Amino acid sequence: MFDPDLRWRLHPQVAVRPEPFGALLYHFGTRKLSFLKNRTIVEVVNALAGHPDARSACRAAGIDDAAQAPYLHALSVLVQSKMLVREETP
Amino acid sequence: MTTMQPVPRLVDQFERGLDAPICLTWELTYACNLSCVHCLSSSGKRDPRELSTRQCKDIIDELERMQVFYVNIGGGEPTVRSDFWELVDYATAHHVGVKFSTNGVRITPEVAAKLAASDYVDVQISLDGATADVNDAVRGPGSFAMAMRALENLRDAGFSDAKISVVVTRHNVDQLDDFKALADGYGATLRITRLRPSGRGADVWDELHPTPAQQVQLYDWLVANGERVLTGDSFFHLSGLGEPGALAGLNLCGAGRVVCLIDPVGDVYACPFAIHDTFLAGNILSDNGFQNVWQNSQLFRELREPQSAGACGSCGHYDSCRGGCMAAKFFTGLPLDGPDPECVQGYGEPALAGERDKPKSSVDHSRTGSRKKPSGPIPLTLLTAPPKKFCNESPV
Repeated sequence: MFDPDLRWRLHPQVAVRPEPFGALLYHFGTRKLSFLKNRTIVEVVNALAGHPDARSACRAAGIDDAAQAPYLHALSVLVQSKMLVREETP
Repeated sequence: MTTMQPVPRLVDQFERGLDAPICLTWELTYACNLSCVHCLSSSGKRDPRELSTRQCKDIIDELERMQVFYVNIGGGEPTVRSDFWELVDYATAHHVGVKFSTNGVRITPEVAAKLAASDYVDVQISLDGATADVNDAVRGPGSFAMAMRALENLRDAGFSDAKISVVVTRHNVDQLDDFKALADGYGATLRITRLRPSGRGADVWDELHPTPAQQVQLYDWLVANGERVLTGDSFFHLSGLGEPGALAGLNLCGAGRVVCLIDPVGDVYACPFAIHDTFLAGNILSDNGFQNVWQNSQLFRELREPQSAGACGSCGHYDSCRGGCMAAKFFTGLPLDGPDPECVQGYGEPALAGERDKPKSSVDHSRTGSRKKPSGPIPLTLLTAPPKKFCNESPV
């Protein structure tokens, strides 16, 4: 379950490949591909581990709290597909 | 930025091409122990110019730099290369996952155990009939038993989730449930793909491709079973048969945009089903590497331009199928900006009935002479170096 008030990070087996539209994510364990469809969400995903929670990672990427819903939804989808995991240690 | 930009559909983003392919097929050798009648690469004899181990490793290094996350290795029969396992290990150690297609000839219990121990190797066993008679008519005598033995060895070794890859034909389309049951029995996943008139497939396509009624049957089966079956998105020409989105996957020809083929001599083609000079983008050895060919070849640049709907422009289903498969049109002698030969709206049949000039495959490694009944086990003496000339003997 995705909780935007917790700290998240990319799964260690996930690689990020920049593309003109955003990025491709590939999970070497599940062998699944995901697409990050704009550059802002790429910035958020790459910055997740450096923030205490997902909301502040969004804010750091310039996304106001009022505009976060689609980004938090995108992150929850990535959690479901195991692309993102909880960062346990602060 | 506080608002989310409207997100273009993936299909529109892919149309312009990507910095590196998502789905890269690499045929390591044209040598094959079988001589399937529909072989898309007209394989059989080893090519004397086949890339060396060093050259293959250089390509893997480049794929790693480009972040090509996995390659689909095929052939020919890739496992007959004496350096096959060395190349698989090298790729996975360099963050390039491997899925390889095989007829099973070398999937012994020992090999199966080794494969079961790797996290980054996927195995796909080719099978074109759920029974030996249907399969062997296409793939050759003994090939059904060979595939079953491979699947048994993989299962017994604890290899999980092998793939069983089926090319759907007029003769096996009624066996789709049987294939699914067979796959389930081996703890495997079924993958079905479209028969293309590519390579030797051009010679048998008229007799083997599913009839219009069978296309509908196939579509219905996919809609009912699609979530548990892989297709390589190869049936997008059928998507006009139902609601948009009913058929899972990307309905777009990915040739040169998200897909391409590296052949055994380093030639790069727009797609695995398009081994012909018309779709040759360049050569890795003579054109300064794969990245240069992928990003800068004239052919790939053209394929990434918006394509004309041509004769299909007035069809209400164009947005579903986008005119179908480029290779299927090309090798049946139909114009590329017209309907697919298996167009589900029926526009393919009159086109096929008209005058057309079927291009001959410009790359053919078929063995000459007819198939022989094997008199005993096939000897497994591996060639350690490419032959000096095209050899007509068994590649294994």
